[in-house]
Amino acid sequence: MPLTAEALAERLQDTLGDLIVDTTVALGEVTIEVAAENLLAAALQLRDATALRFDTLIDLCGIDYLTYGDGQSTRFTDKPRLASVIHLLSVRRNHRVRVRTFATDASMPVVPSVHTIWPAANWFERECFDLYGIIFDGHPDLRRILSDYGFIGHPFRKDFPISGHVEMRYDPEQRRVIYQPVTIPPREVTPRVTREEGYGAGHV
Amino acid sequence: MSEIRNYTLNFGPQHPAAHGVLRMVLEMDGELIERVDPHIGLLHRATEKLAEHKTFVQAMPYMDRLDYVSMMCNEHAYVLAVEKLLGVDVPLRAQYIRVMFDEITRILNHLLWIGAHALDVGAMTMFLYAFREREDLMDIYEAATGARLHAAYYRPGGVYRDLPDSMAQYDTVNRSAADAKRLNANRQGSLLDFIDDFARRFPACCDDYETLLTDNRIWKQRLVGIGVVTPERAKALGFSGPMLRGSGIAWDLRKQQPYEVYDRMDFEIPVGRTGDSYDRYLVRMEEMRQSNRIIQQCVAWLRVNPGPVMTSNAKVGPPSREAMKSNMEAMIHHFKLFTEGMHVPAGEAYAAIEHPKGEFGIYMVSDGANKPYRMKIRAPGFAHLQAMNEMATGHMLADAVAIIGTMDIVFGEIDR
Repeated sequence: MPLTAEALAERLQDTLGDLIVDTTVALGEVTIEVAAENLLAAALQLRDATALRFDTLIDLCGIDYLTYGDGQSTRFTDKPRLASVIHLLSVRRNHRVRVRTFATDASMPVVPSVHTIWPAANWFERECFDLYGIIFDGHPDLRRILSDYGFIGHPFRKDFPISGHVEMRYDPEQRRVIYQPVTIPPREVTPRVTREEGYGAGHV
Repeated sequence: MSEIRNYTLNFGPQHPAAHGVLRMVLEMDGELIERVDPHIGLLHRATEKLAEHKTFVQAMPYMDRLDYVSMMCNEHAYVLAVEKLLGVDVPLRAQYIRVMFDEITRILNHLLWIGAHALDVGAMTMFLYAFREREDLMDIYEAATGARLHAAYYRPGGVYRDLPDSMAQYDTVNRSAADAKRLNANRQGSLLDFIDDFARRFPACCDDYETLLTDNRIWKQRLVGIGVVTPERAKALGFSGPMLRGSGIAWDLRKQQPYEVYDRMDFEIPVGRTGDSYDRYLVRMEEMRQSNRIIQQCVAWLRVNPGPVMTSNAKVGPPSREAMKSNMEAMIHHFKLFTEGMHVPAGEAYAAIEHPKGEFGIYMVSDGANKPYRMKIRAPGFAHLQAMNEMATGHMLADAVAIIGTMDIVFGEIDR
């Protein structure tokens, strides 16, 4: 049987100790926050400590907290804007953990690369760099992976418009494909709405 | 003495064996591969970004377009993530329907995989056989959802509608009455009857495929010992699903971390021994037979247990058509649900399912609005393709095609 989230959180606290900044247990999942400078030390423990044995890196992704809660929520607003989130799985022990690392400097977000610990991180870090502009220190081959050759900007950041900055078309006069500023006006069909706590409660 | 140089070969993106739009830059030493650099992203549509601008229900159909040969499994991971955040209960019948369709989808996916893989390696017949059975499965999709591929059938809180009581019939416009009668023979009853009939026929079809391939000398020469991955390496590279099981690790989320009603199902997990392409082939073939067993168990249960297929929580599931026309409260709920959408409590959740290709997960972050704040799709193929360099180095050029085949690559999910 897999461990309960609480038991796993306790075990993580015992093994990692001061390396953990913050632990959250919610919805049966454990999230730990690790400072960027401690990430490599923590990752090594997560993989090798007998009680943990997180042998597989399931996912690594970026997240941009710039507009989180539309100014109404205070969670994450006092933190740096960009973070990398790692999902780990222990095939051996059958449990999962989520590790969040904030990149302290928003203008030059740097997080250490964990590809030496989990080789699977290689492409996931490239993707995160491509989409969020987080630089993975120590990565052997930090190229763009998903966006086009020669693409400018980091498209998944919250201040990057969904329709992008440039569009591509064939120009019959120049007889070649050209880039030009987007001509589509931005539109939102369903507005983003956040309701107060308990909105519509009591009506079934 | 002339100088011998390595040369670079551009494979794809328009290569029939590249399974979509894979571009690989191969560094060759004669016919031996020295290094592989896959260039992906040619099908990148930024699904995750689009989902941030859509309500939770509007973003759901994008899931079908990820791995477009296992549509409902993608949807399943998505609805599980939303349901986890909402904390909503799903009716038991909806859970059985989802499990049944997940397994139908698994067969659908593996049939395409075996057809395309065999075609890449040179066995033409398999493709035709596999598509014959896929046709029936897509008819099942169509009967339940109205669409043969992009089903959009699952919803947070259940499934869109219950299974129909009748099947579409073949007409006599372009065929004789006798032909139509023969084709319609197993379509006289409900959808469940049709699925049951398929599940009875399917093991014999699997036997046919195995007769063609399993002991086939050419097939074995092309697959045995190709792309070997050790168990330790498979875990380190983030493998999941048949790729991990082919290397001898008995890991299946349906057994290890059961979701929906998989803990009530009786099925086995096939495991390979050598970690080569042939073992992965054997694992997937056996998986189809096991999926067939699960389908039969679901059909048996669904026949005798009618009930709702959508949650009664009015903030998540739409009211019945009848209630909407007669009840003010229901009408308001309907209006709010379809204009503004549901509000998902702030938090983050990761939900993973045993997708035909491996672990397909959705990491959902909500800040309490009617749209996701961040959605990350964890595609199994992304991790698998990453290992291409390691698996193909030292093999011949022709083996690169066999290795792509064994990975079961679909670009919809890798590029997202």
